[in-house]
Amino acid sequence: MSDLALGNEHHHHHPFLQHHFEDLGQQHEASTLGMWMFLCTEILFFGGILCAYWIYRVMYPEAWAVAAELQNKLYGGLNTIVLIISSLTMALAVRAAQVGSRMWQLGMLFATLIFGSVFLAVKGIEYSMHWHEGLFPGSHFTWHEHPAVAQKVQLFMCFYWGLTGLHALHMIIGAGLLLWIIGRAWRNDFGPEYYAPVEIMGLYWHFVDIVWIFLFPFLYLIHGVHHG
Amino acid sequence: MTTATLHDVRLVGASTNRNYINDEYGALSWLLTKDHKRIAILYLISVSIMFVLGGFFAMMMRIELLTPDGDLLTSDTYNKFFTMHGVVMIFFFLIPAIPAVLGNFILPIQLGAKDLAFPKINLLSWYLYMAAAVVGLVVIITGGVDTGWTFYTPFSTQYSNTHVFGTTLAGFIAGFSSILTGLNFIVTIHRMRAPGLTWYRLPLFVWAMYATSVVMLLATPVLAITLTMLMIERAVGVGFFDPALGGDPVLYQHMFWFYSHPAVYIMILPAMGVASDVVAAFTRKKIFGYRFVAFSSLAIAFLGFLVWAHHLFVAGISVYSAMIFSFLSFFVAVPSAIKVFNWTATLYRASVSWQTPMLYILGFIGLFTIGGVTGLFLASIGLDIHVTDTYFVVAHFHYVMVGGTVMAYMAGLHYWWPKITGRMYPEWWARLAALLVFVGFNLTFFPQFILGYVGMPRRYHAYAPEFQVLNVLSTAGASVLAVGYILPIIYLVWSIWFGRKAGPNPWGAVGLEWTTSSPPPKENFHETPVVTWDAYDYPAMMKAMGETQNV
Amino acid sequence: MMVADFPLWPDQASTFARDVDNLYIFLILVCGTVAVGVFLTIFYFAIKFRRRPDNELAQDYEPPKLLEVMWIAIPSVIFMGLFVWGSWLYFHMSRVPDDALDIYATGKQWMWKFQHPTGQREINSLHVPVNRPVKITMASEDVIHSLFFPYFRTKADVLPNRYRTMWFQATKTGRYHIFCAEYCGTLHSGMIGWVDVMESADYQKWLAGGTEGSMASQGEQLFQRYACNTCHTNDAGGRGPVLAGLYGRDVTLSTGTVVKADENYIRESILNPQAKTVKGFQPIMPTFQGQVSEDDLMKLLAYVKSLTGPIPQATTTKGVTQ
Repeated sequence: MSDLALGNEHHHHHPFLQHHFEDLGQQHEASTLGMWMFLCTEILFFGGILCAYWIYRVMYPEAWAVAAELQNKLYGGLNTIVLIISSLTMALAVRAAQVGSRMWQLGMLFATLIFGSVFLAVKGIEYSMHWHEGLFPGSHFTWHEHPAVAQKVQLFMCFYWGLTGLHALHMIIGAGLLLWIIGRAWRNDFGPEYYAPVEIMGLYWHFVDIVWIFLFPFLYLIHGVHHG
Repeated sequence: MTTATLHDVRLVGASTNRNYINDEYGALSWLLTKDHKRIAILYLISVSIMFVLGGFFAMMMRIELLTPDGDLLTSDTYNKFFTMHGVVMIFFFLIPAIPAVLGNFILPIQLGAKDLAFPKINLLSWYLYMAAAVVGLVVIITGGVDTGWTFYTPFSTQYSNTHVFGTTLAGFIAGFSSILTGLNFIVTIHRMRAPGLTWYRLPLFVWAMYATSVVMLLATPVLAITLTMLMIERAVGVGFFDPALGGDPVLYQHMFWFYSHPAVYIMILPAMGVASDVVAAFTRKKIFGYRFVAFSSLAIAFLGFLVWAHHLFVAGISVYSAMIFSFLSFFVAVPSAIKVFNWTATLYRASVSWQTPMLYILGFIGLFTIGGVTGLFLASIGLDIHVTDTYFVVAHFHYVMVGGTVMAYMAGLHYWWPKITGRMYPEWWARLAALLVFVGFNLTFFPQFILGYVGMPRRYHAYAPEFQVLNVLSTAGASVLAVGYILPIIYLVWSIWFGRKAGPNPWGAVGLEWTTSSPPPKENFHETPVVTWDAYDYPAMMKAMGETQNV
Repeated sequence: MMVADFPLWPDQASTFARDVDNLYIFLILVCGTVAVGVFLTIFYFAIKFRRRPDNELAQDYEPPKLLEVMWIAIPSVIFMGLFVWGSWLYFHMSRVPDDALDIYATGKQWMWKFQHPTGQREINSLHVPVNRPVKITMASEDVIHSLFFPYFRTKADVLPNRYRTMWFQATKTGRYHIFCAEYCGTLHSGMIGWVDVMESADYQKWLAGGTEGSMASQGEQLFQRYACNTCHTNDAGGRGPVLAGLYGRDVTLSTGTVVKADENYIRESILNPQAKTVKGFQPIMPTFQGQVSEDDLMKLLAYVKSLTGPIPQATTTKGVTQ
């Protein structure tokens, strides 16, 4: 693309200003609006399955109560704390990018990545436990402690594995994106003029955190009506 | 930076022959392009192929339905054909066509921008579409799918022996293509309008695309999760929707239609946007009630989310639910009615051209009106009980989707063809095709209203003998319609090399896209335009042209 | 059988048909007027104001804003009228008359099975008396089907594992189509049959022609065969609630909620007894899921519905299932 075609006087571009934007400000606003729009789709995505979960909860309160007892609140609670701290470190990383401190950026981004990995590891332990208890739906479902509600407990477990699985998938993608941002922070790409990628990474990460804030009470804490 | 005004209609584009087509050569320059115009062309080729494929299935179905017995195809094959006709036409043609072809090409130019907000994501959208299409084609070649495009459970999860997983996967991927396009459009419209281009100066096509994009963004993820749950149930054997395992098949229907009803507004809103722009251009008048038409697009988008259960009137929902959804379904008809009346009123004391785009749009207005009012029949529950799941519904949705969306797509394609290709299509062939489409379409689908009322259910491979006459009429119409669609494929392609060269504004229309060359340069404008005029400001243009004529 | 050569609508053969057709005709008139009006107006304006050398640019004129208000207000009023009419009709179609004749229907790939209360069974064929309300209680054995009587102007989806009801009152003798109206697989278009509407006397004669006992009496045999009566005794001391007079009554559950003992409640109690336990009883009833066929379920249902008096005690000690 030559200067002639542009017709403008050739002025100094910020290296990360994409050519279809007028200036960095417009680019920043577009990026953040884009991420917010994407998060709206995620709300609808998770919202759909959460809605279905809630409908069945109302239909089968006994089974839901039994199934909720099968979840390990300790691990769930630990994971919740880990994710909340990771959101804090993520927010600090955004701040560090805004002020241009490479050291703090890298430190906080790495911390976020570590906490995210701890979350995934704990999730892996929980999954392994559930698998060995025979709680994976389908042909491998061999749990039969309460025969009367076993079928509905399997339905609950469908939602459990589906919801936490989708969430974990989003975490893994988030971890991948974090690595990419870390790479760019290492190259000192970000500063007060240009930090949008870190900011929208933060938005995504916070969102994945918030989804967990819903999943934890729904799957672990809320008991249905339980009769002896 | 000078201000581009209506006067400059004559000036721009004359100096250089470089445009987005000849800017770079080579397959990779197209397949790895970030230029919204080239991506639009990529989509144009893809959706055209899918349209022909969907049309082939339709043709086979109509030929089978010439006789009451199922003597051409086996039952299973027929069931696969109507399923794949629906899947291909809805997910691979109707939803992407106007947004991804015309929207992609024209929207940034109408905004005075150099490209969409996220050009790479735009290319990703196309690749996702192609990935979905490949999965879909593999499914078709390896045996197809026979659940109906609606994939109702438990048939799709427990009973069908066909490629349900593959097809729903294709739908899932195509959905992401749709979401990203919508996301791109919303951000572009919010953040990349040229200086001076306030919301109320936007062409109504932009308003329509904005409303469409909101629906694409918010509704499609619900389809994604519904199909995901379907795929999990099918693959793992769990019971989200299986009554034997505690699930509820009607829950599937609720979740499916929560997307699929707004989806029909994804299909019609862009068509209405095209209609507004074409009516304005070919009457040389501002659309009557501009703000009403603009806001009616938003109203349709919003209300469209509230009516999904009118697809479940006989499925077992409660009487009170049914009445609420019936009430809301009547409501959503009001903004559509506003548009129809406003377009008609715009013709009054205008300068009505009978060129092809206008012929298509006049047909669109009439046929959409018929399709829309038959929606009222369906919203009246007492009547819906009789006609739902019959050919009455088939006729209704073909009137709005084909008589509506496809006609508007053809109108838009012809209207913006000189801008896209720099060539004019042959006008008389185009008018002939438009006439054939109009006649063929009505002959195909009007008898189906009657067929439905006399009781012929839909998705029937063989039917009761007394329905034959109407079916024969319908097939005859389909043959005419097919010719009407084949002709444009031929002459549009011909025109790319042999059509008369077009100037920047062959129609004498008002709009930013008509101030740049045909075809446009790669960055759309040589200078960023500054907008100081209202949408469709024909009085100002009249003055300007009056001045130049006096020279 | 009356079939016109070029029908615009089916014969009116039920009490609904006239009402539905009237609404239909009204809609055709109103919507047709609007559609034709729009067509003609467009046609007229497009010709009168066509582009000519002396009409290259439009006249600078805008119609009055009042028009906008008018064509929002008038359609809204008409739509509300249509809503009320359609809802009233729908309400009427949802209310099953108390004195309706009970028919049980099962849809399965790809046939319709009908059972009369007196035990008569039919496949893809249904005999009903004229001028008498008929209520159909139905379920599917596999996928979702839809029972459609075009000449009666009514249909309803038939679901697996759940009872739906629909009703009609035939007004004209004759033979009319039965269609399946929800796509259900290979032979969806073959899942059709005929409903024969007969004079009352003829219907009674038809019923008398060979039967293995009424549905309720067959259900009574099943009740004993499955040993239901060992817990569901006549008096209040049994392990299960007394079933006499149960159908249609309100039942208080152990959770405190009150439900109506309708067809679906009775069905669920047999297939999934733990879902709802009656107050004052232990949740010890075993499930019969997989042991009782859809046909047998309907017979048991008919039996329970017939119970107003004491339940016969077990006459045999064998046949206990577990």
